[in-house]
Amino acid sequence: MRARSFILVALLVSACGAALGVEQRFPPPEFTETQHQLPCEQYPQPVPSTVQNMDVWVLVVALCLATWLALGLRSRNAVFALMVACLVYFGFWRQGCVCPIGAIQNVTLALADAKYAIPAAVLAFFALPLVFTLLFGRSFCAAVCPLGGIQDAVVVYPVRVPQWLEGGLRVLAYAYLGGAVIFAAVAPVFLICRYDPFVGFFRLSGSLGMLLFGGGLLAVGMFIGRPYCRFLCPYGVLLGWLSRLSGRRVTITPDACVRCRLCEDSCPFGAIRKPVEPPTPAERVAGRRRLAWLLGLVPVLAAVGFVAGGALGTPFSKLHPEVTRAERVRAEELGEVKGTTDASDAFYESGRTTDALYGEARRLRGRLALGGRLFGAWMGLVVGGMLIHLTLRRRRDDYEADRGTCIACGRCYDYCPVELRRRKDAGGETKARGG
Amino acid sequence: MPEDTQGIPRREFLRVSARGVALAAVVGGTGYLATRSREARYVWQLDPSKCTQCGKCATNCVLKPSAVKCVHAFAMCGYCELCTGYFEPEPNALTTAAENQLCPVAAIKRTFVEDPYFEYEIDEPLCIGCGKCVEGCRAFGNGSLFLQVRHDRCLNCNECSIAAACPAEAFSRVPATQGYLYRPGYSPATGKQG
Repeated sequence: MRARSFILVALLVSACGAALGVEQRFPPPEFTETQHQLPCEQYPQPVPSTVQNMDVWVLVVALCLATWLALGLRSRNAVFALMVACLVYFGFWRQGCVCPIGAIQNVTLALADAKYAIPAAVLAFFALPLVFTLLFGRSFCAAVCPLGGIQDAVVVYPVRVPQWLEGGLRVLAYAYLGGAVIFAAVAPVFLICRYDPFVGFFRLSGSLGMLLFGGGLLAVGMFIGRPYCRFLCPYGVLLGWLSRLSGRRVTITPDACVRCRLCEDSCPFGAIRKPVEPPTPAERVAGRRRLAWLLGLVPVLAAVGFVAGGALGTPFSKLHPEVTRAERVRAEELGEVKGTTDASDAFYESGRTTDALYGEARRLRGRLALGGRLFGAWMGLVVGGMLIHLTLRRRRDDYEADRGTCIACGRCYDYCPVELRRRKDAGGETKARGG
Repeated sequence: MPEDTQGIPRREFLRVSARGVALAAVVGGTGYLATRSREARYVWQLDPSKCTQCGKCATNCVLKPSAVKCVHAFAMCGYCELCTGYFEPEPNALTTAAENQLCPVAAIKRTFVEDPYFEYEIDEPLCIGCGKCVEGCRAFGNGSLFLQVRHDRCLNCNECSIAAACPAEAFSRVPATQGYLYRPGYSPATGKQG
């Protein structure tokens, strides 16, 4: 902060002399006796963009380092050290803004509103982790993301969440993503920023609700690893998709899996998958039939969601200040409520007509009703996709990290005897070379 | 089992092509948006002509005290002795004693210039952005006091939490090169500021 104010001192623009276009009630005096000169009011300029650009370079370096530490060096301790460093830099030093999770909304707004030009640094924050995940898996989540870092640091006694519950809760993240995108495009209200649970800790200030939400997540996170990442993070949904397609990625064992089961419970985030026997021919036929049914069901679910989502229009519009203002003004007009609120006062002062206000509110409600329908259709697709995912049964020979949910934290390496032997051999080699 | 030996490469093939498509989509989409984002930087600012001095700037900023402060446009000021932005509506006396002042943190400094004029200056580190003086000045005076987001303090959150709470929708993203919004009819002659 101090360094930043220092830069700013050099950038202060003083404003001596001014142009007045309207006549004043009390004309400014001329000071004929004292020849008093008017002081300058000052308008300090924003932080120069170089600081934000530096954040992008730090992000690039951190992503490269995280990928190398997790996949090349295979060291949990090194990943942890980088995670703490990024938590301090992106979290407590840069105070958590802008982050890739929130950047989803800026990208949505830029696509929806041609007048909004997304700042280059925000765009880089959105795209870089996606590209890295596509190539190397989710090492961003393990070591770079400050929201992940603060949760990872409090994992004390992780318990296993049953697979069905894990899948069910994951729907919340999809809903959050859908809601955030719709509100950023239609309203524009940035829900992800508004309900960011940890930014209050990074800034050491925040509303009570925010701090309680964040504190609750951290308390739960002592036993259920990274609850925000797994069940709420909208960016994690995108990363999960791309991570399924990733090229190089975490393998628990550096060589052949010996199926010793030692790593089975090592993952606090439930991302290790057991070997699966290939289905019998009879099961395979049944599975195909079920898949065909479900594929047919998906459009039905989406359609049902679209229709049912119409009911969401009213609750959605209650989140928009203009609609609640119109409702308040209407209620005051009809005498249903007494007194005024700040919102209705602001309306009366603005000199707009009630017709204009109601028209705007109706237009917004219409847009949010469409948003609600799209949200319903999206949730239909999500549920359909999840059902399909549940029925797919793939042969798996080894213990593997799940392609979508593994965040490359590197905890499981220490449990694998093959890995331990590799380290011993590698250590012996360096010793031999040194001697 | 011939079926299996064929099945695995096929899945791998699909994955590689899907990865290529996804990579092209991410890079292409980013490139498309990047062409539109040239030199674009936004900061939050409030429009003084929409501001209703509700006091939420003082309480809703993530910073304590708020990044919103009162700015005094000296060229607009009437230098009145009985300043309605400085004194309580019915002050006991026209002195600088605390009980006479409107500002809850005594952030307005009053100095005598020449009869009957007084100069009022905002002590910015003290100011909490409550807008009480702005309201007083607008009610009877010239309206030379107004609230502004001070960019040396503002963290420029992705969504400004004052903007989310502002009942008058006075907050908006403005280009960083024109980071201040003035009262109608007033513009400080700096060349850079509009």
